[in-house]
Amino acid sequence: MAAQPVVEATPERRRWLSILAKAQPKEVLAAWEGLASPPEYRALRSPEIGMVLVRGRMGGSGDAFNLGEMTVTRAAVRLDSGETGIGYVAGRDRRHAEIAAAVDAMMQSADLRPSVEGAVIAKLARTQDERRDTAARKAAATKVDFFTMVRTRSPG
Amino acid sequence: MAYVAVKGGERAITNAHRWLAEDRRGDVAIPEIETDQIREQLSLSVDRVMSEGSCYDRDLAALAVKQARGDLPEAIFLTRAYRTTLPRFGASLPVETGQMAVRRRISAAFKDIPGGQVLGPTFDYTHRLLDFTLAANGETSVDRALEAEEPQAYPMATIASVFAHEDLLEPDTQTDEAPAPFDLTREPMAFPAGRDQRLQALARGDEGFLLSLAYSSQRGWGSTHPLCAEIRLGEVAVEFIPDELGFAIEIGELTLTECQMISTYGGGVDTAPQFARGYGLTFGHCERKAMSMAIVDRALRDAAAGEASAPCQDEEFVLYHSDNVEASGFVQHLKLPHYVDFQADLQLIRRQRRDYAERAAAMKEAAE
Repeated sequence: MAAQPVVEATPERRRWLSILAKAQPKEVLAAWEGLASPPEYRALRSPEIGMVLVRGRMGGSGDAFNLGEMTVTRAAVRLDSGETGIGYVAGRDRRHAEIAAAVDAMMQSADLRPSVEGAVIAKLARTQDERRDTAARKAAATKVDFFTMVRTRSPG
Repeated sequence: MAYVAVKGGERAITNAHRWLAEDRRGDVAIPEIETDQIREQLSLSVDRVMSEGSCYDRDLAALAVKQARGDLPEAIFLTRAYRTTLPRFGASLPVETGQMAVRRRISAAFKDIPGGQVLGPTFDYTHRLLDFTLAANGETSVDRALEAEEPQAYPMATIASVFAHEDLLEPDTQTDEAPAPFDLTREPMAFPAGRDQRLQALARGDEGFLLSLAYSSQRGWGSTHPLCAEIRLGEVAVEFIPDELGFAIEIGELTLTECQMISTYGGGVDTAPQFARGYGLTFGHCERKAMSMAIVDRALRDAAAGEASAPCQDEEFVLYHSDNVEASGFVQHLKLPHYVDFQADLQLIRRQRRDYAERAAAMKEAAE
């Protein structure tokens, strides 16, 4: 079903694509606009809005069922230096998908990688970690502390 | 009977829609509500629209709520209509709710569930007294939620994993080479329905309908006596395999609500007694819906076992009537002109009345 894979699946690439997808569009845009000299690129696939059918598992861990759809935007770009990148991001923000693709391409280039690794990927990852940590702390603050009532009986 | 051509009404319709737009806006002296205000402050309306509209997109759902003037079934209809205009890139890998970044997780059945009872942002235990400070003019200051020193441990054990070693809870099955799950958006409803078809229909189903069915089951129409084994709310990553990559990548994160209902099953010749399970899963925070879905899923499993006796155990009754876009369309189409039907009924009734009068007159004559 899958077409020819263009590239090897590396845990590293999966990680940065995940960070780019989970970031909010405005965070991605801000990080991109903060770059000193963003490279030139052209679109291999102009940003396209579509849907992905989200599957769940019956009972939580059984076979799949179709839960519903989510909107997704995808884009593919090629840098002038030749690297191609793709973006698949939840939502309908075309710019988000395009920047994700450009950053994906830059991360594959030894020359360009240093300029985005810290300023985009690490920065977005930090924001996501903080968001997650804050939610986990708020959740922990609502954990119930049970105490048992001890009934004391007077002897006799 | 001749057909009567009915045309016209275009001007009336245009003017009606123009008035609708004015009414939607309400008093222009009051600032217009923005869709991001709806997304942030009416988030549970947004969640319901995403769930039953069967399309996860908070901004889209907020727009639908605004356009529908807060009428949620209408907003759900708008969302469903919009989703038909988009291409489908494919299907995700199944989301792993066991890996959820949990904000809320409770078990009403098992007090000492590992990870504890985490209440999260809940209406539970509020006194349901109207808070008039929210109606005061100007900004109301909100105290930020407290943060504990230690974050909630991740991942949080599921109720199924807690009892797995004892086989007390019916286990889930994962089949190698399982066929693609039934897809209601591409195939018509078919019976008997598999659990995949049922869960998809219930996930899109009307919250009110499922709530009432679940309630009927609790009250004795169908012998389900469920306990709530687990409810969890939080964020789950979605993985998808793009054709051009050929390997799975995360494409985003969804807020989901999951509910596990359990009820005792006395066992059979080949099976030991254990807890049978019902499952609910929704987009967003839709707890009432997830609980109702789980109870109805559990009740419908009796149907599969040939034990159906109540409405909530009748899968054709439940699945054919759970979709509020279809239901609302069929009920509300009665508002559209039925002039010809009425003419036919009118002729029939007049003839029947004439016959009746003639018979009555003949009987009276005979009696005299």
